[in-house]
Amino acid sequence: MTRHITVKPITRLEGHGVIDIILNDAGNVDHAYFQVPELRGFEKFAQGRPAEDMPQITSRICGVCPMAHHIAATKTLDSLYRVDPPSAAKKIRELVYNTFVFEDHTLHFYFLGGPDFLVGPVAPKSDRNILGVLGKFGLEIGKKVIGMRKEMRDLISLMAGKVIHPVFGLPGGISKPMRPEDQARFAAAADRGIEFALMTLDVFRKVVLGNPEYVDLITSDAYTHKTHYMGLVDGNNKVNFYDGKLRVVAPDGKEKVKFPIAEYLQHIGEHVEPWSYIKFCFLKDVGWKGFTEGPDSGVFSVAPLARLNASDGMATPKAQEARDEFYKTLGGKPVHHTLANHWARLIEMLYAAERMKELANDPEILSKEVRTIPRTTPQEGIGVVEAPRGTLIHHYQTDDRGVITHANLIVATQNNSARISMSVDKAAKKWITNGKVDDGLLNYVEMAFRAYDPCHGCGTHALPGQMSLKVRLYDAERNLIREIQQG
Amino acid sequence: MSEVSKSSSGNGFEPRIVGFFCNWCTYTAADLAGTSRLTYAPNVRVLRVMCSGRLDPQFILDAFRKGADGVLIGGCHPGDCHYQAGNHKALRRYTLLKRLLKTMGIEEERVRLEWISASEGDKVQRVINEMTEDIRRLGPLRLPPIPHAGRMPGEAVERVSSIGQETGL
Amino acid sequence: MSKPKIGFYWCASCGGCDEAVVDLAENILSVVEAVDIAVWPVAMDFKRSDVENMQDGEMVVTFINGAIRNTEDREIVEILREKSKYIVAFGSCAHLGGVPGMGNLYTRESILECSYSETPSVVNPEKVCPQGETTVPEGVLTLPVLEERVWTLDQTIEVDYYLPGCPPPVALIVDGVTAFLTNQLPPKGSVLGPKHSLCLDCPRKDTKPENMLIKEFKRPHETEIDLETCLLAQGLLCLGPATRSGCGAACINGNMPCTGCLGPTDSVRDYGAKALSGIASLFDAETEADIARIADRIVDPAGTFYRYSLPGSLFQGKVFQKEGARS
Ligand code: SF4
Ligand code: SF4
Ligand code: SF4
Ligand code: FES
Repeated sequence: MTRHITVKPITRLEGHGVIDIILNDAGNVDHAYFQVPELRGFEKFAQGRPAEDMPQITSRICGVCPMAHHIAATKTLDSLYRVDPPSAAKKIRELVYNTFVFEDHTLHFYFLGGPDFLVGPVAPKSDRNILGVLGKFGLEIGKKVIGMRKEMRDLISLMAGKVIHPVFGLPGGISKPMRPEDQARFAAAADRGIEFALMTLDVFRKVVLGNPEYVDLITSDAYTHKTHYMGLVDGNNKVNFYDGKLRVVAPDGKEKVKFPIAEYLQHIGEHVEPWSYIKFCFLKDVGWKGFTEGPDSGVFSVAPLARLNASDGMATPKAQEARDEFYKTLGGKPVHHTLANHWARLIEMLYAAERMKELANDPEILSKEVRTIPRTTPQEGIGVVEAPRGTLIHHYQTDDRGVITHANLIVATQNNSARISMSVDKAAKKWITNGKVDDGLLNYVEMAFRAYDPCHGCGTHALPGQMSLKVRLYDAERNLIREIQQG
Repeated sequence: MSEVSKSSSGNGFEPRIVGFFCNWCTYTAADLAGTSRLTYAPNVRVLRVMCSGRLDPQFILDAFRKGADGVLIGGCHPGDCHYQAGNHKALRRYTLLKRLLKTMGIEEERVRLEWISASEGDKVQRVINEMTEDIRRLGPLRLPPIPHAGRMPGEAVERVSSIGQETGL
Repeated sequence: MSKPKIGFYWCASCGGCDEAVVDLAENILSVVEAVDIAVWPVAMDFKRSDVENMQDGEMVVTFINGAIRNTEDREIVEILREKSKYIVAFGSCAHLGGVPGMGNLYTRESILECSYSETPSVVNPEKVCPQGETTVPEGVLTLPVLEERVWTLDQTIEVDYYLPGCPPPVALIVDGVTAFLTNQLPPKGSVLGPKHSLCLDCPRKDTKPENMLIKEFKRPHETEIDLETCLLAQGLLCLGPATRSGCGAACINGNMPCTGCLGPTDSVRDYGAKALSGIASLFDAETEADIARIADRIVDPAGTFYRYSLPGSLFQGKVFQKEGARS
């Protein structure tokens, strides 16, 4: 008898998410599928809209990382109009962007993915959330987390108008200069951010690295895939979220290719499966070879771990130190362990805060020159940022009036979707055997997925109550035969 | 031409046109056309407005919503508006609305603005006949119905809905 | 006495509305403590059967965000309607269709075609397209099917109240939730927000001329934007005059024009037509040619005036007569 387990809703991507686990007669996993059951069609209805509206329209793809779309779109407009924004504008954009990445990574670690480790993977579901974290570490840390997040979000609103769906990006610059009083607030927040990131790394060291069981889990085969990695790097091949070239490393860690974003079509393809609305990205020169790993598969990965693997280091001193420790502990570069994403994310959080500090204290940031008015006839633009969840690419073509005729959007989770599918399948096969399924085991499957932080956030674990998993077992005719109660 | 008569006789389609006529000019002209026995197509349901400048674009959309295949707006000639600039206002709205309607898939001929003074009964006749034929050629508009599970907030609903009753659409 | 049950649910949404609730929850834990959140897929376990097993009207209120785009959205909101005493359309997507509602300018087929065949990075020679049911070696996988078009919540189920905005401003959410908890509800069908337009609360209102006339509209990237003067007076297409207040003029404070996310005030049925009407009346021109020249500068009237409200408008979207024509 074939059984069918549906885990949903697991998370938010460009919509909702489902894990479908199909068991064979022996009660072992035949295959676990990761599905995205929704499409809203932004690429189509972008057609006909004025290009300058894209930063605000595309931010509605995701209310968790609206800033990533907003900035990617804004940079695409720079390219479309062939304008170079004044240096201050670029710095303010990058400052606000790093503020956002910091805030988002905080959310993920404390609210979403982190509790798996901080509280424990098999702890009762009702504890595996921010409240469980508070219970374990005390209210003091909890207040800090919430306060930090709020401070960063308020700062974003100050500069960008709104934190959910910002408005400040324009081709050639931003809509307003920075006020001295705001600059002071950014600088102070950056200092607190660095402290906070260091503290968080300490927590991670103590709770996760100090526990051999967790280290075994992280390095276990069930959570390991030897794939390619991609990420944005600066001129020195250091991680950069805002700008640079895309670098791809092979599973052995060696550089495979590095290219400016204008050439993305030569390197990145999207594969379609009939059972999901999400497309699966792959490296074009290798080709789509299915959901397989290794150098002969076009599957690659993005997001924190991938960014570290695809770069030669971090551009700020403390983050660089943390990075060295990371590779030393995990046996050198590249690291293929999916769960190491959590650690990599904290290193990036530290980098984001350090970068904020550099930018906020740069005197140029107070310059009133924040606009270069475009004078050219627009035609085609391509832009990229590293969203918290990985490389995000926008590509527009317009008519002479700057009205969109074609738009292509490759979102972070699409770049990761093939590897996520493989991770979910592998973890399911490892943990669900002989028909034994319970919520602890399913959480092990969900952890594979959650490590990528597939664009969900929303403080999943923020409130009291039962937790997020929907689990249903079906027989071959999809009759419901069992339901698993969570929490 | 043969195509026109074919389609008109073929499906028996009689265009339904809502006319929003200014009280001071076009409405009077339509009266005049009637009393002077100028025959024109019976396809227009006339609604009197005090000035073309009073016409809310919502009413035009709602006329379509309620089943109109075309909307004709009649106002005083430029310079003759009793409220000075009402007809200029109408022209500005009409111009922008036409652009919107184009994106919405509504053919150009379905909305028409004409300046018709009180004495131009013959112009009423000509415009209505032309427009009726234009729309006959285009065929019915057929807006898909709005599923109306809930209530639309606001008094405007009642006000706008009354257009349907007044015109018998 | 048990605490009142409330729910949150998302349809075709971006998650921003849920994020807004999280931002709020951090601020007003006391309100959250006063209720029992029975459904919130973003934050906790939600099984369809749990809800199906509830008694009709067991939940006091369910806040639903997102537009209705596929069959699953529709099925679940129908169940939630039965189980909830009140339904609140939360955010512009549920209220009026929202940004994804602009999908109604295109057919469902062209949307799928664009995403899975036309975009330049897709490699799909066999023209595979996501299907409602797919047979894989291990069994059958299902997906919800896209509806013909995007619907607002009140075109799908009966709605009692509306919380406007993209996402709704925190202050309005607090007031809205409080209204339920203290049982001080306005008449059914009300939009839970101020009754006046944004201009009245705008920090730049004193610089807005009494009788404004505009010779030329400018697009925001084409011009320096003064930080203090009314944006409309600067020739930028600010929709503040047509838009419900309640956001604290958020975009204006970002030095960008209002794009109308809170939707119309109470007396307006069709936001786009009304906003268009207001903007057109400002044209400083009398001749056809001059008027046309000004109008031509508004390059996308549909996307500009119906950015958040196309499915809820009188036309609901583009009219596809040829395809849709019957009898
Ligand atoms: S209303 Fe806005 S914030 Fe809310 S779901 Fe829709 S797009 Fe997102
Ligand atoms: S038009 Fe815009 S900028 Fe001017 S007062 Fe109104 S809301 Fe403020
Ligand atoms: S200014 Fe306008 S678009 Fe911006 S938040 Fe307020 S109502 Fe929405
Ligand atoms: S009075 Fe006739 S158009 Fe104004």
